[in-house]
Amino acid sequence: MSAGKALAHESAVGHVSGSASYVDDIPAREQQLYVAIGYSSIAHGKVTKLNLEAVRSAKGVVDILCEDDLPAARDVGPVFPGDPLLSSTVLFMGQALFAVAASSHKLAQQAVMLAIVEYDEQAAVLKLDDAIDQQYYVRPPHRMQRGDASAALNNSSHRLQGCVRSGGQEHFYLEGQVALAVPSEQGSVTVHSSNQNPSEAQHLVAAVLGVPMHKVTIETRRMGGGFGGKETQATMCCALAALFCARQAVAVSCRLSRRDDMITTGKRHGFRCDYDVGFDDEGTIVGIDYMLAGQCGHSADLSDAIVDRAMFHCDNAYYLPDVMIEGVRCKTHTVSNTAFRGFGGPQGMVAMENVIDEIAFKLKLDPLTVRKRNFYNTTDRNVTPYHQKIEHFNIPTLVAQLEQQADYWGRRKAIGEFNTGSAVLKKGIALTPVKFGISFTVKHLNQGGALLHLYSDGSMQVNHGGTEMGQGLMTKIRQIVCTELAMDAESVIVSATRTDKVPNTSPTAASSGTDINGMAVRAAARKIKARVQAYLCDTHGVANAAITFADGTISIKGDTEPSYTWPELARAAYLARIPLSATGFYKTPDIHYDREAAQGQPFYYYANGAAITEVLIDTLTGETRILRADILHDAGNSINPAIDIGQIEGGYVQGVGWLTHEELKWNDGGRLITDGPATYKIPAISDMPDVFNVELFQDAPNEAETIFHSKAVGEPPLMLAISAFAAIRDAIASTRHHRVFPPINAPATPEEVLRVCTALKVSDGDAN
Amino acid sequence: MIHFIYGEQTISLGHTAADTTVLEWLRLHANQTGTKEGCASGDCGACTVVVVELNVGHTALVYQPVNSCIAFVGSLHGKQLISVEQLADGTALHPVQQAMVDQHGSQCGFCTPGFIMSMFAHFHAEETTRSDPHQIEHALAGNLCRCTGYKPIKRAMSAALDSDTDQYKLVNDVTLAKLKALQTAGADDRCYLIPKSLSELFAMQQQHPEARVVAGATDLALEVTQQLKPIDKLIHLKSIPELAGIDQTDDSVTIGATVSVQDCLSLMAPLVPGAEQMLLRFGSSQVRGQATIGGNIGNASPIGDLPPLLLALDATLELQGPAGKRSLPINEFYLEYKQTALQANEIITAVSFTVPSADSRFAVYKISKRMDDDISAVCLAISMQISADKISSMRLALGGMAATPKRSSKAEQAAIGKPWNEQTVSEIQAALSEEFSPLSDARASAEYRTLVTNNLVMRFYIEGNMPKEQTQVALHVSG
Repeated sequence: MSAGKALAHESAVGHVSGSASYVDDIPAREQQLYVAIGYSSIAHGKVTKLNLEAVRSAKGVVDILCEDDLPAARDVGPVFPGDPLLSSTVLFMGQALFAVAASSHKLAQQAVMLAIVEYDEQAAVLKLDDAIDQQYYVRPPHRMQRGDASAALNNSSHRLQGCVRSGGQEHFYLEGQVALAVPSEQGSVTVHSSNQNPSEAQHLVAAVLGVPMHKVTIETRRMGGGFGGKETQATMCCALAALFCARQAVAVSCRLSRRDDMITTGKRHGFRCDYDVGFDDEGTIVGIDYMLAGQCGHSADLSDAIVDRAMFHCDNAYYLPDVMIEGVRCKTHTVSNTAFRGFGGPQGMVAMENVIDEIAFKLKLDPLTVRKRNFYNTTDRNVTPYHQKIEHFNIPTLVAQLEQQADYWGRRKAIGEFNTGSAVLKKGIALTPVKFGISFTVKHLNQGGALLHLYSDGSMQVNHGGTEMGQGLMTKIRQIVCTELAMDAESVIVSATRTDKVPNTSPTAASSGTDINGMAVRAAARKIKARVQAYLCDTHGVANAAITFADGTISIKGDTEPSYTWPELARAAYLARIPLSATGFYKTPDIHYDREAAQGQPFYYYANGAAITEVLIDTLTGETRILRADILHDAGNSINPAIDIGQIEGGYVQGVGWLTHEELKWNDGGRLITDGPATYKIPAISDMPDVFNVELFQDAPNEAETIFHSKAVGEPPLMLAISAFAAIRDAIASTRHHRVFPPINAPATPEEVLRVCTALKVSDGDAN
Repeated sequence: MIHFIYGEQTISLGHTAADTTVLEWLRLHANQTGTKEGCASGDCGACTVVVVELNVGHTALVYQPVNSCIAFVGSLHGKQLISVEQLADGTALHPVQQAMVDQHGSQCGFCTPGFIMSMFAHFHAEETTRSDPHQIEHALAGNLCRCTGYKPIKRAMSAALDSDTDQYKLVNDVTLAKLKALQTAGADDRCYLIPKSLSELFAMQQQHPEARVVAGATDLALEVTQQLKPIDKLIHLKSIPELAGIDQTDDSVTIGATVSVQDCLSLMAPLVPGAEQMLLRFGSSQVRGQATIGGNIGNASPIGDLPPLLLALDATLELQGPAGKRSLPINEFYLEYKQTALQANEIITAVSFTVPSADSRFAVYKISKRMDDDISAVCLAISMQISADKISSMRLALGGMAATPKRSSKAEQAAIGKPWNEQTVSEIQAALSEEFSPLSDARASAEYRTLVTNNLVMRFYIEGNMPKEQTQVALHVSG
C-alpha cells in the first residue's frame, strides 16, 4: 500500500543533482532562435509610430513580428477577449508591442531596445479607488445575497463600518515564463512549455497559427513553480515561439527575463473590501453588507471567477444570517491580474477576519471568543451566502484541539504581561481558521483524464491531465497507481503532461490536481486490473475473489501456480492479446451553481485548517518577526503526508510574504517600480517562524468520495497566514492598551506597521 | 588566456567575451544546465556555484558560494569552479544532496541546485561556523525558495552537517597543489586583464583606456545582465596583493580595497559595536564573499551599507593613481549622486579607521523591508563620546536619506556640548528633519525614512540603559 506513505518527491534526486530538466535546459537545436519582446513605455494610448529599422538591422536578428503580421487570431484572452498578443493599442505599461527573433537570447534582448516608438498618450486610470469611483469595470458587478441585510443592520444592537485593503502579489516562480517551439511535419508544432494549462495553450496557439488543434502539441514535464501564474500567463511565450517557429521552420525559444516577466505578466488582485456589519452583545453577527472590489488590471482574464471566489470566501468559517455581497471587477491601466494560489479566496477571508477582530475590539472580547461564537453549525446556522448547506464541518473540533495544544490562552496571558513590561517591542497573537471550497466554480472544468500503458515487461507509464509544478502531483499519482495495482514505485513512471496523450484537460488549478486526475488515473488502473483479472479467471478457472494483488505479486488462491510478478503477468496477458492500455475519466459529482441567482452547490467539499501565530513588532521602526506558528490542517486521509506538510508550510510562508513584505508599487506613470527581487521581497529563510509546528488533522477522512478520501491541499494553507496579519494587528493594538482598533492594510511592511502605530497614538490622544 | 579547474579538467579560455558571466559560460558554452537562472541580478541564489580558492597564505582552500549570474568568467582565473553536476560521487549523492532528498527539501526543484551549492559551501566552512546552528540561516539567506517555506531545507542542512567529509575533502592536498600551480600560469591581456601589482594596473589602464576596473562585480555585472550593456574589457583587481592586505594594531585597522565584505565582517565584528549584526544583513553570503569594501565605497551608492558605518568611524581612504598616493577623509569623498573625489584612473587602495574606544558609544542600524538580503531603506551609524556629562563629539551618518551617504552636520552641531537626554534627542531629530529631504521609492516613502531615522536616534538613546534584546526584534530572545 503506497498511498499514505511519506515518499520522496519523484524528481527529488533529479532536483538535487541538477539533472531534472526544465524547458530552458533542453539542448539547443541547429539554428535555434530566441525571442525578445518590445514593451510599451506608457500605460494608456495608441502607438503612432513604430520604427523598427535599427531593430531589424541589429546583430543576430532574423525576424520581427508586429500586430499586423499575425496570421489568424490576435487575442489570447482565456475566457473573454481583451488580451492582445501584440498590439498598438496600449492598455498598460509593459504591454507587448512587437517581438524579435534572433540568434541568441542576449542579442534579441539588445535588439528590442533599439526600437523607436511614439505614442498618442491618453489619461490612465491607475488606482483601484479611482476605478471604483468611476465604476470602471472589466466585467459587470455581481451580487450574492440571502435574507435582508439592510433590515438586519438597521435592527442590530451594534453596528460598525470599515474597510480593509490587501495588496497584489507577484508569483515569483523561480523559473520564469518559458516556451520552446519545435517544428514537426505537416505544419505541426510541439511546444515545450512551463505551463499549468496545456490544453488552453494548445487551443490558443492553434487559433493564433490558424490551424486545427491537432497540429499543436503542448508538453509540460515540470515547472519551476507556478502558483497560478502559469494558468493563463504562459500562453504568450507559447504563441510567440510557435509563430516564429512556423515562419522560420526552426526551433524557437521564448523566455522572459525576470524583469520582463514581472512587468508583463499578471499577479494576484489587490482588493478593497468595505463592510457594514451588525452584531449582538455577544459578538454574534446578525447581518453584513460587503463591497468587495478587485483590481483586475486592463482585461478580464480570469477576474470574473476570481472576484466570485472572493465573494464565496468572505464568510470564511462563519455564519452570516442576513447577508449582501457585491463583487466589483475594476479596470485599471495596469497589467491584467490573474490566478494566484487561493484565487480571490484569501482576499475575501482577510476581510472577514478583519470584521471579526473589529467586533471583538468593540465589545472588548478576545477575538477567538468571537470567532467561535460565529462558526457555522451543521444542524442550524449552516447555510452559506450562496445557499450551499454546510454538512461536514470539523473546524470547531480542529480549533479546539489547536487552541489547547498550542496553549492559546496561556500564551495570550503571557503576552499581555510581556507587553506591560516592554516599552519598545510588543507581541501579538491570533488564531484564524480556514474553510476553503474545493471545485472549480466553472462547472465544466471539474473533469480529469488519464492514459495508462502497461508494457509487456510489467513497467507502467502513466499520463494524465495534471501538471507538475512542485506540488508533488506526479508523486501522488504514482502512489495511487501503485496502490490500485499493488505495484512497486520503480515500476511506475508518470511522464510529461502532453496534449496528444490526454486531450481537453483542465488547468492544474483550484487545488484540484490530485482530486480529478487521481480519480481518472484510478479509473484507468481499474480497467487494466479488470482485464488482467478476467484473463487470470479465464486461464485458471477461478473467480475474481480468488485473485489477490499485494506487494508486486498477483496470487491465485487454490491454484497450483501460486503467483505472478507484474512482468510475468504483463507478458502473459500480452501474449494472450489482452489490451494493456486504458484511458480513465472522472467528473466531479453533485456540484451545480446558478450564477444568475447566486445559488447552488459550487463546492464538492471544503478543506479546513487553523493556525495560531505569535509575532513581535518594533514600535519604533515597524519591523516584525514571527516568533511562533502552530498549524493544524485537514488534508483528509493524506496520500503523502510529507508532501502535504510541505504544501502547508510553503503555503503559509507564501501567505506571510503576501501579507507582510511583498509590496507591489507603481509610479505615477503606471510603471511597476518593484520589478525584480532587489525591490520585491519574497520571504527568505529567516522569515520562517522561529518555532514552526505543523500537523495534519488526524482520523478525518474526507466524507466526500474523493481519491482515498483525501483532501485538496494546494491553496488552502496559504490563508493560514492571515493569523500572522491578525497577530500583527493585535500587537499594534497593544500599544494603546487595545483602546483603538488598528486600521492596518496588507502588506504589513515595516512602513505600514509604523504608520498605523503612529496613527493610533494620534487618535488615542497621546494618552498612555 | 585564463585558467581554472572545472570538474577534472583545467579549462583555458582565450576568446570568450570578457563580459560573459560564469552562468552563461556554464549553460551556453559548457552545456551544463544544472545551474539555473532565476533573476540574473544576484538576488535569488538559483545560480549559485562554489568557487574554491587559495587562502591568503596559500595554505588552505576556501569554498566560496558565488552567484554565477553576476560573476564574470575572468574572476575564475586560478580557481576551481564546482557546479551542482559535480557533487555526487558516482551514483552516491553528496551528503547535502542526500539530506535534501531525505528531508523533502525540494518541491519544484528550480531553486534546489543553488541551495545545494550554498549548502555544499557551508559543509566546507570552518569548524566554528559549521558547529554554530545560527550560521545556517546566514549561509542560506541568499537563496530564495518559493515553495517550501524553508523548514525542510534548514533541517536538511543540519542533518548534512552530521557528516564531515566528502570526496572534495579527500583530495584537498591535490587541489591545493593544482591551484598553486595555476597561480603562476600567466593570464594574457587579450580579453582578461589581470594585473599582479599596482604598477602593472596603472600601465594597463594607460594601455586600455576603455577598460573598466572590477573587483567583486556584484554591481558592475548588473550593467551587463540588467541594462544589457556590453563591456569589452575588464581589469580584474583581485590578484593585486597590495590591495588585499589587512593591517591591525591595538587601536587601528587598515583594510585593503579588495578585501571582501565577508572578511570585513569577521574583522569588524569584535571591534565595532553593531557591525556584525548589520554586515550579516549586507547582501547574502554569496554577495559578501564576492563584494569588496573598496567597491562598496567607490560605487558611491546612497544606499550602500559600509559608507555610513565608515563615515561614523571617520575612516580615511588611501587613494592611488598614476600621479601618486594621497589620503582623504571619507567625509570628503562623496560629492554628489554617484560622484566621488576620485580622479581619472585613481583607485581606492585601502581604508583605515580607529577602533571605537571603550568609553565611546557606537551603533549602526539597518532598516529594510526584509531582514535577509535586502537593501537599506535607511542605514544609520552613530559614534558618540561624552565627557563631563556633555556630548563632546558625535558623528551621525546616514544612508538612504540623501543623494550620497552623508554625515549630518546639523544633527552633530545640535548635539555637541549638550547633555545626553531626551531634550537633546529631540533637537537632533529636529535637525535631521531639517537637513534631509529623502526620496520616496520602491523601498520606502520619504515620510517613513524621516520618521524611522528619528526613531533610530531614539533607539540609540534608549539602548543607553536598555539591552538591545529589548529594542530590536532580530535580537529578541523568546522566553
